[in-house]
Amino acid sequence: MSATLFWIAIGFALWLLGLHGLLTLRHALRRIIAINLMGSGVFLVMIALAARHDPSDPLLVALVVTGLVVAVSATALALRLSSALASSTEHER
Amino acid sequence: MSEWLLDGVLGLLLLGLAGGALHVRQLYAGVLLFIAFGLVLALAWARLGAADLALAEAAIGAGLTGVLLFAALARQPQAGSEPRLSRRRRLAAVLVLLPLLILLLPQLAPLAELQPTVPAQIDAALAQSGVDHPVTAVLLNFRAWDTLLELAVLLLALLGARQLGSLQPQLSEPWPLLQAWGRTLAPLLVLAGGYVLWRGAASPGGAFQAGALLAAGIVLLRLAGALPALLWSFWPLRLLVLIGLLLFIGVAAACAWFGEGWLHYPAGWAKPLILLIEAAATLSIAASLSLLVIGDEPEPQP
Amino acid sequence: MSELLDMLSWLLLAGGLLFFAAGSIGLLRFPDTLSRLHALTKADTLGLGLVVAGLSLRADSLLEVAQMLLIWLLVLASGATACQLLARQCDEEGGDE
Repeated sequence: MSATLFWIAIGFALWLLGLHGLLTLRHALRRIIAINLMGSGVFLVMIALAARHDPSDPLLVALVVTGLVVAVSATALALRLSSALASSTEHER
Repeated sequence: MSEWLLDGVLGLLLLGLAGGALHVRQLYAGVLLFIAFGLVLALAWARLGAADLALAEAAIGAGLTGVLLFAALARQPQAGSEPRLSRRRRLAAVLVLLPLLILLLPQLAPLAELQPTVPAQIDAALAQSGVDHPVTAVLLNFRAWDTLLELAVLLLALLGARQLGSLQPQLSEPWPLLQAWGRTLAPLLVLAGGYVLWRGAASPGGAFQAGALLAAGIVLLRLAGALPALLWSFWPLRLLVLIGLLLFIGVAAACAWFGEGWLHYPAGWAKPLILLIEAAATLSIAASLSLLVIGDEPEPQP
Repeated sequence: MSELLDMLSWLLLAGGLLFFAAGSIGLLRFPDTLSRLHALTKADTLGLGLVVAGLSLRADSLLEVAQMLLIWLLVLASGATACQLLARQCDEEGGDE
């Protein structure tokens, strides 16, 4: 088994772990973490594929750098939404 | 052998921390484990030879996401226990995932053997791109569209978050030692951000990494009370948020108007244009990310 | 000469690892927050210092040594600040667990 295959497997396992969490967990924060884990898994697969070439395939690295910033802005928006939801349900009580 | 040891430890740590972050009993502990996951992920990027990514992940994954999650955690209602699914339904979810595993793994595995041809093409075109670092060349020249749209996504996320009302983080009075350390750290952070941006033309680094680093610095200084509150009504701040996208679109339009087409930099102009866009994008990313994380103060009511 | 330096560097690196290991065990085994912090910061400061010293002996240029020293100083200062923050928080909340 090559190192590339090992990291692809780890990335895929992370993705599955995140998906399983997304399916089974009910708390908003946990679900946001689960989606982030899925994203990290996909990034890991992409970077493992980039590492086939030495030095790393710049196209895939650039895509993941872009993806990372998009992921954090999406996470920030999701967390704000969850906070707004939490405060509105508290308000109703 | 030693490489396998490192790979194995990193991989298992990643999986363990991820599982812990999702399934540990206390939510607080889960958030902590997720931050640790971000740090280990940065190490994994460094191991896989993606130094650009390790820089960005260390600033974003460990710094900004941590603050974001803790701020969100503080605003969650103090419910006693999280609702949990029954064991049977959790097992059912595993059974749903199994076919996915069986279907996808044979598709992914052969990819490990393929030899990519894109890097050779990028190397061949690198001389005309205006920068020496291939990742920066891809981000700001060959696939500049991605970067432009990514700035737009960041802006949209910020606008969306602003629609939900101001964040009003409840900052406690910072302690003197933190204040002093924040003040010592401030010039260093600006220096590090500028250095990462400047080095991006020739080696790992660039607008995203520098922007994330600066944003982490701004958040730290704000939490240490060394920076005044960010006011959305203060027009330079709004300009900072917009300038990256505006300049990028301006350059793209100018290229289309006078040159060969959207974002086809004229020969010889690539390097100064890329540096200009990168500098503006760094400022925008830093301002947007720090606003997303700590939010701006509510407008004073007239 | 270079062999001697090599040996010395290995010794320092091993010492650093020992301190890190001791600190981690302390973090896991000590009963309350303050003594855990004590174990952790000692291990960080001394362990990282020894590792930096060991790596300095193998560095190619003075610039590398200076960079590593700078990193050590930064970790030292931020570790001290973070430790103090945690300790005060724990103090204000009055005990733990």
